[in-house]
Amino acid sequence: MAAQSADDLPEEVAGWIGEDRYVEKTEFPIEMGYVLTTLSATQNGNPLYWDENVANDLTGGPIALPTMVSVWFRPHDWSPGRTEPAVPLQLHFDLKDRLGLPEAVMSDNTIVFGEPIRPGDELTTTQVLYSVSALKTTKLGTGRFWDFGVRVENQKGELCAEERYTGFGYNRD
Amino acid sequence: MSADLLLSDVSVGGDLPVLQKDVKPVTVVLGAMASRDWRPQHHDYKFATGNNGLDDIIMNTPNLAAWFERYLTDWTGPKGRLGRIKFRMKDSVYPGDTMQFAGKVTNVEDGPEGIGWVDVAIELTAGDKSCVGCEARVAIPTSADANPWSLKGDDWKP
Repeated sequence: MAAQSADDLPEEVAGWIGEDRYVEKTEFPIEMGYVLTTLSATQNGNPLYWDENVANDLTGGPIALPTMVSVWFRPHDWSPGRTEPAVPLQLHFDLKDRLGLPEAVMSDNTIVFGEPIRPGDELTTTQVLYSVSALKTTKLGTGRFWDFGVRVENQKGELCAEERYTGFGYNRD
Repeated sequence: MSADLLLSDVSVGGDLPVLQKDVKPVTVVLGAMASRDWRPQHHDYKFATGNNGLDDIIMNTPNLAAWFERYLTDWTGPKGRLGRIKFRMKDSVYPGDTMQFAGKVTNVEDGPEGIGWVDVAIELTAGDKSCVGCEARVAIPTSADANPWSLKGDDWKP
């Protein structure tokens, strides 16, 4: 996507636009435990996920719910050696920090789905910044909108999903 | 869960069946844990009300996404394959709310290999609150022997 960004950005942030950042592997292979818990949490009786024969017929075996894509790259709350809590969407927090905008909200979230995610898959996620706006004032405060995405690929390099977010980082007026 | 929906069953302006579900604390907490969302506003009442100024713990977005998927595939049956989904968060969903999902077909078009594309606008409300707006694009078969899940590569362009 062509970036339409403000020309008053710090050079460091301007350099991030269009660049692959935070290329990371998921912390564990995809497994069905979270899938079943999600089905339970949403009382979802879709036989594609409960009936092995249906899964074999339609998808060549079990798959995860497509909307669970972000589940797989959300870090553990704690893991050995970690001194700070890990946060998903690190790019969003980097923008808040570098642009001096301590408050932020996400306004839009779009997910485009590709190849189904299957148990045993090992996914790679890549965060990409597409654009950062000029300073704008909204009812929340004065700040900037940014559009960024997370590309998710499986171990074969197949695109499983791309998430797109619009965030607004701001200072309270 | 319906039998598999065919493209000929769908027309622009048609309504999806309404789904209502009461939200309990366990609905919020189970959904947050299932989606690996450890943030305290989804399980800690004191944090949610004291630090965030909320009325209670709140449903998290990834779990709401899964509720939207459940709502769509209840309608399409298991052959329904989600291609794209977009959310706009407007208000929070709390324990004690009754979530209501209501959808309307906004576009129908033919696709490749015996599938069709259906665009749906869904509104999640809770009482007088409009909580989440959602636009979704889902592939469904045009005939009983077609399978949207079989599409790969350039044939799958949601």
